[in-house]
Amino acid sequence: MTTLVYLIPVALFLGALGLAGFLWALRSGQYEDLDGAAERILIDRDDKPDL
Amino acid sequence: MSCCAPGAEMALDLDSGTSVLPSSQEIKLASRSLGDGLSQTDLSVPTVHCAACIQAIETALGKLDRVESARVNLSTKRVSVQWRGDDVPPLVAALGRLGYQAHLFAPEVDEEDKTLSELIRAVAVAGFAAGNIMLLSVSVWSGAEGPTRDLFHWVSALIAIPALAFAGGIFFRSAWNALRHGRMNMDVPIAVGVSLAYAMSLYETINHGDHAYFDASVSLLFFLLIGRTLDHVMRERARTAVKGLSQLAARGAMVVRGDGARDYLPIGEIEPGMQLLIAAGERIPVDGKIIRGSSDLDCSLVSGESTPRTAAPGESVQAGVLNLTGPLTVQATAAAKDSFLAEMVRLMEAAEGGRAHYRRIADRVSALYAPVVHLTAFVTFLGWMAATGDWHRAMTIAIAVLIITCPCALGLAVPIVQVVAARRLFENGIMVKDGSAMERLAAIDTAVFDKTGTLTLGQPRLINASSIDPAMLAIAADMAAHSRHPYSKAIAGFAGLAGRPKLESVSEHPGFGIEASAAGSTWRLGRRGWAGWKARTGGEGRHGHGGTVLTKDGIIVATFDFEDALRADARAAILELRDAGVSVEMLSGDTAGACGKVAEILNIDSFVPALLPSGKVEHIETLAKAEHKVLMVGDGLNDTPALSAAHVSIAPATAADIGRSAADFVFLRESLLAVPLAVDISRKAGSLIRQNIAIAIVYNAVAVPIAILGHVTPLIAAIAMSASSLLVIGNALRLQGFVASAPAQDARRDRRARVDQLAQSS
Repeated sequence: MTTLVYLIPVALFLGALGLAGFLWALRSGQYEDLDGAAERILIDRDDKPDL
Repeated sequence: MSCCAPGAEMALDLDSGTSVLPSSQEIKLASRSLGDGLSQTDLSVPTVHCAACIQAIETALGKLDRVESARVNLSTKRVSVQWRGDDVPPLVAALGRLGYQAHLFAPEVDEEDKTLSELIRAVAVAGFAAGNIMLLSVSVWSGAEGPTRDLFHWVSALIAIPALAFAGGIFFRSAWNALRHGRMNMDVPIAVGVSLAYAMSLYETINHGDHAYFDASVSLLFFLLIGRTLDHVMRERARTAVKGLSQLAARGAMVVRGDGARDYLPIGEIEPGMQLLIAAGERIPVDGKIIRGSSDLDCSLVSGESTPRTAAPGESVQAGVLNLTGPLTVQATAAAKDSFLAEMVRLMEAAEGGRAHYRRIADRVSALYAPVVHLTAFVTFLGWMAATGDWHRAMTIAIAVLIITCPCALGLAVPIVQVVAARRLFENGIMVKDGSAMERLAAIDTAVFDKTGTLTLGQPRLINASSIDPAMLAIAADMAAHSRHPYSKAIAGFAGLAGRPKLESVSEHPGFGIEASAAGSTWRLGRRGWAGWKARTGGEGRHGHGGTVLTKDGIIVATFDFEDALRADARAAILELRDAGVSVEMLSGDTAGACGKVAEILNIDSFVPALLPSGKVEHIETLAKAEHKVLMVGDGLNDTPALSAAHVSIAPATAADIGRSAADFVFLRESLLAVPLAVDISRKAGSLIRQNIAIAIVYNAVAVPIAILGHVTPLIAAIAMSASSLLVIGNALRLQGFVASAPAQDARRDRRARVDQLAQSS
């Protein structure tokens, strides 16, 4: 019983963290251009750090 | 970069003389101010499709003066540009140099997007709550007792509150709306079931009871929201794809004031009496009369006539006509709201089609279902009251009946099939406006086609190329490349590589043709009477319209014959429709002769030529009165009222704006096989929907007696609900299974199409 008292809040907190993360991603436009995001990793940026 | 040959395939579809590049004034009207002198313009670029395109566009636009940033959205095929200052940077020109056509699209209403993000957020919240409550419930089912069980119930009750308030709100609002208007919809039993289940579970929790249905009420919401979100996403995708195509109505026009000053005014502010300058390649924004200039007009969208018309001062022109070759000054005779286009919209609204009376299968089922369910639950309650007198027990069992019958499977049964079907259609280049369109399409028995632009491409094709001297053809093609007249475009396609004299001083004479000088001779390509001034055939020959000829110093050296090119696979499409038991008719605004020819080639028995827009509507209404379910396929402005009068309608992507928005389906590719394919998929989807509803009813027939007898625990309810939902989803996915055979079929069709084309061109 005592373990439950802190394990349940911990589990709920982690779940809520995930939910909040998803809602944030939704709000900040991460899902607006899924196809574009997939293609953009192929673009070489000019601003690579000089080695 | 080899993957990027932008324009190659799309040019065929869209660059057909009907797409007009937006002018910078139009762009300015369509851009919105972000404050601080910063403006944002959104352009639709349908041909962007890979990383290289993104980079090319963003770099090129970013280099332009005063452009702050440019960002491509590959999913919606749009680029949004932020720029400073008063004048629009040459965005469209810059894109054009890269080979991308850019279009403006109608300003978005943010309403729809808000609905989608609200739905997704609701799914997320409901999913989170359902997952956590289910975990707690599993421990209750596996034997948690006493204070532990109470604790779990309390935690579940707490988690369920935000889910009910936020995710459930969507259903409560919709149910309330329906009830207020004295109707029943699927949301009424959902709202009643969910809230009663929650209230009862809360009561149980307070009184340390065994059974709480928190998991059932929240996972029900979760499942149903998934169905609803899928439904919405499908419609949204079709909507943006259709809007992204070229915008055909003019957005504004250059007005010449009495004192010679020029203003670019939005279309709504143009009043009768104003003088408008219409450059070659622009659409005429309002009805008017030509006062200066001569040109050729493409009326195909307005009247369905495929041959361009010569325009001279004094003639009247209708809104929506495309000015092809020369600049015109037009005096407006009607404001935009009284113009031809607006008249079409009014006719369209007046035409009350089958769809107004159509009720979706889901609505019809739920109208029966909801009262039956509520009655069953109520009778169960009364029965147990009478039998035991224990109101708490009677109530518990009645609520168990409500939960077990809650239309979870039924709520998914229809949208899931329609989403899968819409995806299949989408893969084949067909957009569906909404699910009810598929249900209506499945029921059709008559297909009515418009001729120009639908059965034919509305573009002339040179039919005697093989009998023309290749050297002459090459010269003609070179000259034709300087004009946007549809005949010129057809000839320009035959540009050869043969050595030929270099053309000098090419000039276009609107309404007549093109003149050029090369190696000391004067060449003319155009009307017989004008180009062949030394020829004796005299004016209008057997070719009508004077025929189109190429002359050297006034002597005819080649004659060109044109024919409106048939849309790819038109014949095959009509055969397939016949095989599917659909009778085919053709309606057209064009002449009887032109119609008869097409009808003969395509083997269509019945056609009606020379119809006015209202005539098409009447014809369709007559068919509808004879108990036919009519599919209308058309593209012109003149078809629009007919499109909305028909039971269901399909338009090609090249159709006029309002035609596209009136139609239930829009097909993006050239092939007319899209029509039988859409019918086929809709029919398969229809039978899957009926199967799914049958599954849901069988499930209820089994589960309800168990619930009435009082043997349902929350565990059984959870298993039964999930099982029936999975069954329904699995059945819907069988529609995807049919896809396996589709590519092979497509290849076969392509081959057949090529053979057709060869046969036609020889």
